[in-house]
Amino acid sequence: MELPILSIMLAVPLVAAIACLFLPGSTARMVALAATLIDLALGIMLWLNFDIGGAQWQFTERAALFAGFQYALGIDGIALLLIMLSVFLMPICILASWDSITRRVGEYMAAFLLMEVLMIGVFAAQDLFLFYIFFEAGLIPMYLIIGVWGGDNRIYASYKFFLYTLLGSVLMLIAMLWMANAAGTTDIPTLMQYDFPAGAQIWLWLAFFASFAVKMPMWPVHTWLPDAHVQAPTAGSVILAGVLLKLGGYGFIRFSLPMFPDASAELAWLVFALSMIAVIYTSLVALVQADMKKLIAYSSVAHMAIVTVGLFAFNAQGLEGAMMVMLGHGLVSGALFLCVGVIYDRLHTREIARYGGLSINMPRYALLFLLFTMASIGLPGTSNFVGEFLALAGIYEVSTFVTLVCTTGIILGAAYMLFLYRRVAFGEQRNADAARMPDLNLREWAMLGPLAAAVLWMGIYPESFLAPMRGDIAMLEARLAPVAPQYDSALTAGTPREHAANYVAAEEHGPEGAH
Amino acid sequence: MIKTIVFLPLLAAIIAGFANKSAPAVFAKAVTTGALFVSCALSWPIFLAYLGGGVPATVEPVLMWVRSGDLAFDWALRVDTLTAVMLVVVTTVSALVHLYSWDYMDEDPDQPRFFAYLSLFTFAMLMLVTADNLVQMFFGWEGVGLASYLLIGFWFRKPSASAAAIKAFVVNRVGDLGFMLGIFGTFWVFGTVSIPEILAAAPAMSGASIGFLGLRVQTMDVLCILLFIGAMGKSAQLGLHTWLPDAMEGPTPVSALIHAATMVTAGVFMVCRLSPMFETAPVALGLVTFIGAATCIFAATVGTTQWDIKRVIAYSTCSQLGYMFFAAGVGAYGAAMFHLFTHAFFKALLFLGAGSVIHAMHHEQDMRYYGALRKEIPFTFFGMLAGTLAITGVGVYHLGVGFAGFWSKDAIIEVAFARGTELGMFAFWMGVFAALLTSFYSWRLMFLTFWGRPRWADSEHIRHAVHVGHEEPEHHNPAIQEDSGHDVAHSVPSPNYEAGTGGYHPHESPITMLVPLGVLSLGAIAAGQVFAPAFLDSAAFWNGSIFYNEPLIHAMHATPYLVKYAAAIVMLFGLFVAWLAYIKDTTLPGKGAEQLGPVYRFFYNKWYFDELYHYLFIVPAFWLGRIFWKFGDVGTIDRFGPNGIAWVVEKGSVGAHRFQTGYLYSYALVMLLGLVAAITWVLF
Repeated sequence: MELPILSIMLAVPLVAAIACLFLPGSTARMVALAATLIDLALGIMLWLNFDIGGAQWQFTERAALFAGFQYALGIDGIALLLIMLSVFLMPICILASWDSITRRVGEYMAAFLLMEVLMIGVFAAQDLFLFYIFFEAGLIPMYLIIGVWGGDNRIYASYKFFLYTLLGSVLMLIAMLWMANAAGTTDIPTLMQYDFPAGAQIWLWLAFFASFAVKMPMWPVHTWLPDAHVQAPTAGSVILAGVLLKLGGYGFIRFSLPMFPDASAELAWLVFALSMIAVIYTSLVALVQADMKKLIAYSSVAHMAIVTVGLFAFNAQGLEGAMMVMLGHGLVSGALFLCVGVIYDRLHTREIARYGGLSINMPRYALLFLLFTMASIGLPGTSNFVGEFLALAGIYEVSTFVTLVCTTGIILGAAYMLFLYRRVAFGEQRNADAARMPDLNLREWAMLGPLAAAVLWMGIYPESFLAPMRGDIAMLEARLAPVAPQYDSALTAGTPREHAANYVAAEEHGPEGAH
Repeated sequence: MIKTIVFLPLLAAIIAGFANKSAPAVFAKAVTTGALFVSCALSWPIFLAYLGGGVPATVEPVLMWVRSGDLAFDWALRVDTLTAVMLVVVTTVSALVHLYSWDYMDEDPDQPRFFAYLSLFTFAMLMLVTADNLVQMFFGWEGVGLASYLLIGFWFRKPSASAAAIKAFVVNRVGDLGFMLGIFGTFWVFGTVSIPEILAAAPAMSGASIGFLGLRVQTMDVLCILLFIGAMGKSAQLGLHTWLPDAMEGPTPVSALIHAATMVTAGVFMVCRLSPMFETAPVALGLVTFIGAATCIFAATVGTTQWDIKRVIAYSTCSQLGYMFFAAGVGAYGAAMFHLFTHAFFKALLFLGAGSVIHAMHHEQDMRYYGALRKEIPFTFFGMLAGTLAITGVGVYHLGVGFAGFWSKDAIIEVAFARGTELGMFAFWMGVFAALLTSFYSWRLMFLTFWGRPRWADSEHIRHAVHVGHEEPEHHNPAIQEDSGHDVAHSVPSPNYEAGTGGYHPHESPITMLVPLGVLSLGAIAAGQVFAPAFLDSAAFWNGSIFYNEPLIHAMHATPYLVKYAAAIVMLFGLFVAWLAYIKDTTLPGKGAEQLGPVYRFFYNKWYFDELYHYLFIVPAFWLGRIFWKFGDVGTIDRFGPNGIAWVVEKGSVGAHRFQTGYLYSYALVMLLGLVAAITWVLF
């Protein structure tokens, strides 16, 4: 009898969340930390026991509920990695909220733990409607986290967040109902093999797209993100950027691509166009931001555009690259928001101009901030490089033009991130209060240290992360192969030239080799 | 062995960096310098073994990196002749620069950080030169970029330093865009990123065509041009050169190591490493030749007008890199690598010498405030003299003797002539003219600095020194340590102005700074003579690590005497003009500048590249960013999106009041209509 490890991973934070509601603040913190650490340990167990190259779906659990609706859990390599990302970020989020949240601590911790339940659930769900419930319910704790513990303009931000995401999901629900009806099952693995008629695929694809594009977020439905980030507490931003933004990408991988391959091929141009606009547009917008969180939020939109481009390249490099960008971005943007949080806790402002010269009084902070900045830029040796490189290499085969436009992101990304770093860490200390800020404390090290290690690990030895998903990506690639696009960069063989370009005829007057 | 050479500097950087200020500065200095000297000592035997010729290449695997579909690349260290050459250049100059920095940076409070960065740079550079695949080369490429960014911005309190650091990184990224596209394209065409496999497969692809941005183009040309764009960025070639002069904001040892001897030559190294691939791409090679020759002359013209001693040398570096590129472009990769090799010694020497002068002159960098330093700092003077003789290419062909630059630069000029194509001739003439300018600006630098009368008194740095006391350094505020880039608008004296010493006494640098000067002087004097046979004439030495064009080398040796003496003649002429203008009649430069007003200003303002780029790229980028944000996101998307919906709902709810009549039949009617509509939709 195997341990129902996924259900335990769902139960632990759920129980802890209920407990937190009734506990005083300081105990709630401890309980939350303990619960998330247990989940992290379970996650590691999951990873270690995951049989690479084994069955596609592992750790499956099934229980029929009513009317064909079933409680079905199970993961493949893709889901495994995203669950790992979630359980890895959660204890860090709890630590990040340790001192900064003083109001309604129990409820806050409960909201986060509930968030964790829903995130694990969404990646583990194998039933269409179970997925939908987890997917949409995630809105509620996030809505509360922004709306209750957020900044000054939190109400506007939380409504905007809710409005955008809800609008997309209504369409998705309708599409799901139709699919369940047409295919006669709500089992996701079965649906992934099901061939819907090509005409219906377009509509289904668009309905799902409405939801995933908002979650991603893709241009032009991205404007909820900067506001949500700016108003959310630090840990909320970390989860938002780290995991919630990945739901869109996961949705594309799990639903849009395998279930509607024809429509995906048909509408790839739309994804490319929006992504290209996003890379240029949001990078330039990021360049002129005066608010740190807004800057990083806009940079997230640009990075997510690389994900969508990679996914719709329909080849192994593109798909794996997109996954790696998602994982890398989850770590790096989470870390960057934590870096903002560290100094926000000290000075209570996100205005870039209020800082400066932090390398002088916070050298260790400056070092870690630099590492995450460089990772965000995609420096080789860090997590984001592997992903961006693979994703862009994948798309090159499909369209050189899309590659060219999206690769300009590496220039613009360097510009806005280094400009940010310069204004925060370099220069003279302009403000006395910023100059007095102490360097990282032990708790902050515990948050940022593991992230730094993970970022370097993913950059130097990404095989640990590529191996679990390799089989699943290969299966997806095979599913997409019949509809793979015509390559605009196709190679035409020709007669090789006889001589090298700088061929010079040997001199006539005898051999000179003896000289 | 090679693992030790490469990873020891990394280890040292990590130890020194993490110890930082918790240990005395000497700890970080000793660890990093020690590591570098070990690496250097291990590198020379490798190089000497290859010098004998016939030693095969070795590849030592380190760690698996990426497997994705059919794309696979690993961390591995490749050693062949080309790598061996780079190994000695990098480790030797780096070790000497570490040593030099002991005293040069002695009063800086952030020494551990400085030494950690230097070692980190060396590690990245070694990863670059030992790369067996294009992606690891890109890793080293970006790693040296990071180290360069950190070291240019080392004095991060200075706004100009952090601005220069960003500029260096971002301009390099423009080149990297080309490099990355080049790697993608190469993978697409060859199905691998392994350099040996690509080079083996390249000739068969020489006739193939490929789609690029909707066009049909020659496969190899487009790939090589993309890769070359990367090389242009790193090696500061015309168009992507603007970061290099600004990079002089970094401490002078950094300029010597990164921005003269090693990192900026990475582009040349890349073209040579991929030379069999470039040889299948005539258009790309034409571009390499053209850009090289154009940079060579461009940078030389600017170098003749600058006042900042480091900027003169920086433009000189840019110009010499141009030589290397056009040598590669015409097919003389051995000559390009040879010039890279000799240039590393004499240019590092010139930079470190300049650093010694700056040290002696209390951080003054404007040559207009120098003069008559020959007697004051004799050792530095002789070092710089050796460097100048080397860069200007002093030597006599018929006697077969000459300084380092004579062997390498003259070979490049001759080979461009020997190549005989139109572009080759263009490069030849540009090379000869640039040799004239090289001689002029190098001697101008020497005369302004070491000859004439002292003009020290008006320098703010000197006045400060005299005022506060010579032995009381002002290092507490690093922001005024080095001050490159004086403003044009400053009312500064012309070089013939005689201000006197102002009571200041320059002092020769301490021994740790002089030893590197001595060692490098040795290189500047003898490196050409000793290694010319191997680098230029020996196919066995290169042993297939570069494309070796034997007939071209024979043609080079067969060029007419006038060609062989051309460089020497113009060198003497440049020396004469410099002597005339800066020793004989010091009013000449002022008159000349006035006569040639617009041309002079054009050169002095660096052909207005910075201004052009500012208005072409930076201003529009920020403008567009604001437009997109204010009018795109806020003004359009939000206004008609969420805010618009909120508005509609609000207004709509007012309208909805009217439907709430309270009469049952009106509700029934609405329900009926709704039901009909729903059934219609479902059924049809």
